Amino acid sequence: MSLLELDGIKKHFGPVQVLLGVDLKIDAGEVVALVGDNGAGKSTLMKIITGIHKPDGGAIRFDGADISGHSPGEIRERGIEMIYQDLALARMQDVASNIFLGREPTRKLLGLPIRMIDRARIEQEAEAMIRKLGARVPSVRHPVGKLSGGQQQSVAIARALTFNPKLVIMDEPTAALAVREVEHVLDLIRELKRQKIATILISHRLTDVFAVCDRVVALRHGRVVSDEAIANTSMNAVVAHIVGAA
Amino acid sequence: MAADNSAAAPAPQSGLRDNRFAVRLESLLVLVILIVALSFLSPYFLSVSNFLNILLATSVIGVLGFGATFVIAAAGIDLSLGSVLALSGVVGALSVNSLGLPWPVAIVTCLAVGAFCGLINGVLNAKAGIPAFIVTLGMLGVARGLGLVFTNGQPVYGMPDPIIFLGQGRPFGVPMPVFIFIAVAIIAHFVLAFTRFGKYAQVIGDNEGAARAMGIRVERHRIALYVVSGLLAGLAGLLFLARVNSGDPTAGLNYELTAITAAILGGTNLFGGRASVLGTLIGALVMGVLQNGLNLLAVSSFYQQMAIGAVLVLAVWLDQVNRARGQR
Repeated sequence: MSLLELDGIKKHFGPVQVLLGVDLKIDAGEVVALVGDNGAGKSTLMKIITGIHKPDGGAIRFDGADISGHSPGEIRERGIEMIYQDLALARMQDVASNIFLGREPTRKLLGLPIRMIDRARIEQEAEAMIRKLGARVPSVRHPVGKLSGGQQQSVAIARALTFNPKLVIMDEPTAALAVREVEHVLDLIRELKRQKIATILISHRLTDVFAVCDRVVALRHGRVVSDEAIANTSMNAVVAHIVGAA
Repeated sequence: MAADNSAAAPAPQSGLRDNRFAVRLESLLVLVILIVALSFLSPYFLSVSNFLNILLATSVIGVLGFGATFVIAAAGIDLSLGSVLALSGVVGALSVNSLGLPWPVAIVTCLAVGAFCGLINGVLNAKAGIPAFIVTLGMLGVARGLGLVFTNGQPVYGMPDPIIFLGQGRPFGVPMPVFIFIAVAIIAHFVLAFTRFGKYAQVIGDNEGAARAMGIRVERHRIALYVVSGLLAGLAGLLFLARVNSGDPTAGLNYELTAITAAILGGTNLFGGRASVLGTLIGALVMGVLQNGLNLLAVSSFYQQMAIGAVLVLAVWLDQVNRARGQR
């Protein structure tokens, strides 16, 4: 049984049909690229997996359970994390708060049944995670909005990896990065694979896709038009699928 | 402000966001300057009894300001605070005065009416998607009108002694509303700065999409914030009712303006994401000291209205300047 199984996912926004029945399976530790032109439905499909959009039809199974229609919070609880293209960070909050956003550990106030955020623990664990990732962030108390683009992305990555996910979805993680930072992200994906964590990589950069992925799935006009092992395909073939020339 | 040297480690650990007791320095400075200036201008200003007066006069505005702080933290706005204050006081007064119910009912009624108005604001904003500005502007009219309808425009006089004690009692020489004001400030500060509820309010105001993606139930939270703001308006209504010994349908006219000014003056970002109850406390004190000073100097209340309006614009401008400086 696969880790993630999408079965006939459909979605429309008003009169626009975005997804017309998408099937997709991903195994534990597998790295799958999702490619396609702008408007092919990649981001919508991922937002359906993470619970931000509700599908109009079809079923989602993850780790043996039906998660269709679950809320984003419940889906994160089950072990799916996404690194959004816009990073989804609260710019006025500091690094530690962002890493623990939505999952703040709490402690009792003076033994009363009143819960307050356990700030010391958050800072400690955020610090440890940042160190583990080798990210260069000045301080976990630094407001995220004052960090550079690469540093902000490190925070988004740290947040996705802090709670032992089983599947990490990355939406264009390398699009805005310098060459050295891209290499860092690719290394990270390889490391996730070693830890049996599955990755879905949405990317326009086929060199990245061919460097780290096991499989490449092409989406076109809301349908899966190809699903091939990297070993059995070429960049030209993938481009042909994306633009519909094949 | 933290200097722009994020590449260097260790980073500066100053700034409003890092310290949960920090307040904006400018507002504290304004308060101190006002106090010093008024001490010279009026021989009556600098005395314990006058400071207790200021605190008493500030208590209602302050409590409303805390409500405004929670809502503005999440990039909302509540223009109905003053009207909800009046409606809560009126209904609370009627519950004991006309219906003859025991005095604790008046307290519960004031709070419940306020919370209910907030609930309607929240549901219309979060679920029906009507902009907060419009929803609460509508509530400003409806709540005010309803208060006038219930009382035929006449104040409802005569409260039971325990209620009057809440407004006029002076244990240890300090007016009761001041105790309540300080207690509410401590609780509100704790909730906003130290709990998930407060953190999420600010995160929603900062980046609503991120809040949603991280599993925060944005709609539900937003409704809860309007309920808090309504509840505090109800409490302010109770304080007002108790102090003047009557439910007045014209009470709290334009108070929302002063309350929002207090919040912005205290460093709460008008567009959400950053909010401080302690800041609002200082902002409210600035408004209170200003009003008290103008009274002592025998300045006409017409000018006082102008002063409040001018301070609101000044506070927002200060905020803009601050943010422009903070951005790289």
